[in-house]
Amino acid sequence: MQREPSFLTSRLQEAIGWARKFSIFQYPFVTACCGMEYMATACSHYDVDRFGAGFPRFSPRQADVLFVVGTISHKMAPVLERIYEQMAEPKWVVAFGVCTCTGGFYDNYATVMGIDTIIPVDVYIPGCPPRPEMVLDGLMKLQQKIQDQHTTGVRPGREVRPEALKEWTPPR
Amino acid sequence: MDASALITSVQGRFPDAVSSSHAWRGDATVVLRREFLVEAARYLQEDPALRMNYLMDLTAVDWSAFGKKPSPAFFSSSGVAVRPPSQVSGGDPWPGLPSSSRFAVVYHFYSTAHGHRLRLVIPVEEADLRVDSLTGLWRGANWLEREVWDMFGIEFRGHPGLKRILMYEGFEGHPLRKDYPVAKRQPLIGPVN
Amino acid sequence: METTPTSSATPAARTASQELETRDMLLNIGPAHPAMHGIIRIVAKLDGEEIKEANVEIGYLHRGFEKMAETVDYNGVIPYTDRLNYVSPLINNMGYCMAVEKLLGITVPERCHYVRVILAEISRITDHLTCVGATAMELGAFTVFLYMIKAREFLWELVEKVTGARLTVTYCRVGGVKADLPDDFEPPCRKAFEETRKVLAESRQMLERNRIFTDRMSGTGVISAEDAISYGITGPFLRASGADYDVRKDCPYAVYERLAFEVPVGTRGDNMDRYLVRMEEMEQSMRIVEAALRDIPPGPVLANPETGRAIPAAEMVDLAKAGKITAIAGGCAVACPTLEGSGRDRRPSIATDEKRVFLPAKEDGYGNIEGLMQQFKLVMHGHGIRPPAGEVYFPVEGANGELGFYVVSDGAGTPYRVRVRPPCFAIMSALEKLLAGDMVADMIPTFGSVNMIGGELDR
Repeated sequence: MQREPSFLTSRLQEAIGWARKFSIFQYPFVTACCGMEYMATACSHYDVDRFGAGFPRFSPRQADVLFVVGTISHKMAPVLERIYEQMAEPKWVVAFGVCTCTGGFYDNYATVMGIDTIIPVDVYIPGCPPRPEMVLDGLMKLQQKIQDQHTTGVRPGREVRPEALKEWTPPR
Repeated sequence: MDASALITSVQGRFPDAVSSSHAWRGDATVVLRREFLVEAARYLQEDPALRMNYLMDLTAVDWSAFGKKPSPAFFSSSGVAVRPPSQVSGGDPWPGLPSSSRFAVVYHFYSTAHGHRLRLVIPVEEADLRVDSLTGLWRGANWLEREVWDMFGIEFRGHPGLKRILMYEGFEGHPLRKDYPVAKRQPLIGPVN
Repeated sequence: METTPTSSATPAARTASQELETRDMLLNIGPAHPAMHGIIRIVAKLDGEEIKEANVEIGYLHRGFEKMAETVDYNGVIPYTDRLNYVSPLINNMGYCMAVEKLLGITVPERCHYVRVILAEISRITDHLTCVGATAMELGAFTVFLYMIKAREFLWELVEKVTGARLTVTYCRVGGVKADLPDDFEPPCRKAFEETRKVLAESRQMLERNRIFTDRMSGTGVISAEDAISYGITGPFLRASGADYDVRKDCPYAVYERLAFEVPVGTRGDNMDRYLVRMEEMEQSMRIVEAALRDIPPGPVLANPETGRAIPAAEMVDLAKAGKITAIAGGCAVACPTLEGSGRDRRPSIATDEKRVFLPAKEDGYGNIEGLMQQFKLVMHGHGIRPPAGEVYFPVEGANGELGFYVVSDGAGTPYRVRVRPPCFAIMSALEKLLAGDMVADMIPTFGSVNMIGGELDR
């Protein structure tokens, strides 16, 4: 996708982007309370299936979006990294819930303060737990991102937490 | 049996083992010397008047920071003296710390037959952090003791496999001790945050 | 995962009478596995399909609840308790608040007890719906899962009407609850229960006559009552084995002794009995809520309306600061609509009147000096709720069993030690015994009926 796009290939890329964004196979890496809201979003009331993301694939080899749902502790972090590495490109990561975005209010010895210190994240959905409407909004933003990425041919730089923030300690 | 009858029963059976007892807020509590733990637990389980068939909970408390938390007055920087804390109190006060040792292992027992509860407190010295295991009497004690070992570092003699349960193997230290800082992380991968 | 050679002898030397030498296979299940309801790891030693031994490893969701509780004040622990058993948060809130109230030696008004009981039972229903639904889904009955989550949505909307949040509600406070039930609580409650009863009837039809479901659930995961008691198991898991112990009946708290309900007890101690016990408990919980709504003492105590114009309380303070006394003369402060149900008229029915424990009504906090002082003494750093030094243990009936809080105080504004006695910890410690002897496929219904909630197990 690095060469100058012609009309046919750019249309093709857009079509692939359209197809990819409406057929998301999610890997719900569910750990904690956010899993309940994930279940609520996936079920009939808020129905994530109408976005094409209805089928969870519980194998990293078969999934393309990793929904990290719920707090990641330091004991679980190597497992998460391994799952992420097992997924094949193209892959995206959604940090679902404030514990995965920044650690939530569990600022203690056991919790990873944000999974973006371990794996790159594409969409952050804050909330403790986020309401299903917010999850669907995050999903739509992810779909927009997928579409843009295929249309423009540019994979946006993956956000890993900037170096300056990694060792920051909050004032006590 | 009500709280005082329970305490009298245990005290009567082990007169030199019980160092103190109370029934503050209705919870029968007996402070026992650690050598008598297994015997006392067996007595609690088997005596027909007591029949404590449940070991409800097994935990520990680190008493080293008791009463040490500073309670500053709002204007203390301007020289105003610290006012005594306005506690909500009522009834007789709690007798105080069970002993002078740093740790205490706390057992909660319950009897479904009689519907009474008892709390056993075993003081444990910091120099000798070992207590006998109750896994022979109650199978649920297995994991509960592993958790106390993980969080406090108190060893249980006779436990079939004392290893960490909530933290991972490479973790150093025992998190629930008062000298372990809350946010001291030991990550397996990734930055220290 | 090691695989085994099935025979150590060369084919030519093997005779018909020679035994095939086999070794066990180690199968690692988890921690990231769909049927693991969250994250635990089971390392199973298999002999063909039969599980010889299962090693269960937990702690993947340890979030340091007990350590965090020592860093915040007494009311600040309540959000952390929400996230313990996150499918029934109101029961955890209630348990913790009642433990601290026992420590303080105060009681709450009767209506507050009823409100807590109503919401706790609704939480219990949502917990059982999630548990049974997830178990059914893993056995292939995806429709049942969708139906039960639909019923759960109705109940969550109800909870949101009262508390403002669906899942992590932080509704109870030490000394009371955040706000009273809304005046129009009964009709949506009735509707929600009607939907839930419909869902339960449909699910029963779909599951209990289904050969696959009954065959997979009956006779698997059997545990006797003595073994269960030895492991410390309580709750529906224990009652399915035949022992009749329910904290609400045997050590009643709040207003449970005044409400008529039954506790279902099973006989065989297998997964089918646990499923049946949970289904029946949901029906009984609905009955408790209906009885409580009949018996609940009436709400607002002070006569309404007050004389004078209603001025929003914050506006009144601003006007007063600017010196515009004539503008506020004859007015009375009203709290903003988001604090509906926690106003001064409802205060006596939902909170204790002990000033050193519960925040004043916003109208008082903004409107007069005593309310301001009460607010100051509870909120400012260095002050706050200060129970007398002591220790208490208070058990409530959680959805999984006896949920006990052991709270130790040293007289300061933050708890000294908060210990949660997690009901599913005991059940999970028995998992190794439950799985041994069953087949690999039986692990799924057994684990589903354990109702392991990671937040409670690992805290």
